Amino acid sequence: MVQSLRRLKESPSQTAGPYVHIGATPNWVEITGVWKEDLGLVLVGPETKGERIILKGRVFDGSGIPLKDALVEIWQADSDGLYNSPQEKRGKADPHFTGWGRQPTDGTTGEYRFETIKPGRVPYPDGRLMAPHITFWIVARGINIGLHTRMYFGDEEAANAECPVLARIEHKVRVPTLIASRPEENGMPTYTFDIHLQGEKETVFFDI
Amino acid sequence: MSDEGSFYQRDRSWHPPAFTPQYKTSILRSPQYPLLSLGNTASEMTGPVFGHDEIGPLDNDLIRNFAKTGDPIGQRIIVYGRVLDENARPVPGALLEFWQANAGGRYRHKKETYLAPIDPNFGGCGRTITDGEGRYWFRTIKPGAYPWPNGVNDWRPAHIHFSVFGHAFAQRLITQMYFDGDPMIWQCPIVQTIPDKAAIEQLVAALDRSVTLPMDALAHKFDIVLRGRRSTLFENRMEGN
Ligand SMILES: [Fe+3]
Repeated sequence: MVQSLRRLKESPSQTAGPYVHIGATPNWVEITGVWKEDLGLVLVGPETKGERIILKGRVFDGSGIPLKDALVEIWQADSDGLYNSPQEKRGKADPHFTGWGRQPTDGTTGEYRFETIKPGRVPYPDGRLMAPHITFWIVARGINIGLHTRMYFGDEEAANAECPVLARIEHKVRVPTLIASRPEENGMPTYTFDIHLQGEKETVFFDI
Repeated sequence: MSDEGSFYQRDRSWHPPAFTPQYKTSILRSPQYPLLSLGNTASEMTGPVFGHDEIGPLDNDLIRNFAKTGDPIGQRIIVYGRVLDENARPVPGALLEFWQANAGGRYRHKKETYLAPIDPNFGGCGRTITDGEGRYWFRTIKPGAYPWPNGVNDWRPAHIHFSVFGHAFAQRLITQMYFDGDPMIWQCPIVQTIPDKAAIEQLVAALDRSVTLPMDALAHKFDIVLRGRRSTLFENRMEGN
């Protein structure tokens, strides 16, 4: 017998199930009076620095139907590319921006929607800058372990072209699955990021 | 405390795979391409933090936090444990959210169709933040088993759902806790998405009579393990292993 490394194993994941909203966004499923406000609904306030944007989209299953019972979380840097986290070692992030959001997909349309800001660029471990991006985490009934992906910005062609993460995608035809288009909606820049769990347009998901 | 290195790679053979046909909903919701191995950048090694001030005094008491006319029906229990990382270090300040069915196996949710009655005094959600040693506890009633549409006669064993935030978005985890001695654990298609029996047993809480409140509540111990960080050998001091 060799010496043991004595590490623990990570607790195995189990699906969030159809009722994840009871725990994550109880007010949204009409369980009111337990706590005042669901966490993660609001990312920005009047003092938050950076360009205000809307982020929306749907999560599609392999048959092309949008999920109406999913939960979408986002995590992003502030407008200077800093994360509001004690683990952030590069500087102090905007105190008026949490960087974390959580929204259910709508029970009728399947759409999720965040009001946030466009993040700045964050360095890759080797120092090169990644293109501005927003990390997504998706859970739902039928998803056995939460799915990580990233949304990139369609109007950042130059930064996207030199992003070391996008460059690692071997099948270049799949890169557009991570890039959100930017139409205006009522004068507000609105990025649409649809996520495809499966099928021809399957989104690139990451093992991080 | 070493809070610098990147995380150990996730052991995907310990977790359920995405495609598990005995759990039918996974069939159309499972990515088919391989995941892109990214490793950690600052985007994954950071994560949101939550303050104890965001948590109300009854948030970890599911017996009281929704009660209208009295206590909910059911067996009173305490669930307690620690949140650790793979290096067995405690994870302080972790936000835990939990949700569950009532004692009859019924969720308070408009899409829920099981005929067991709603309990007017039970909401079914709670949350807490681990203390400096990674400890947490909450009080609730033991959830009932319930049938669900998958096979024609599939039942979920009694369980509590957990959502956990560690210190980094890479540690984000949702899982479920089961109860020691329940034969239904081994008959459940969702439990069986986990390929390894020892991994399933990691989700089974132990009855702990030494923590039971006499004449009040039974206690179940449930420890949760999140991904651990590598030591940054050479570049940095070696710590803690
Ligand atoms: Fe459940």
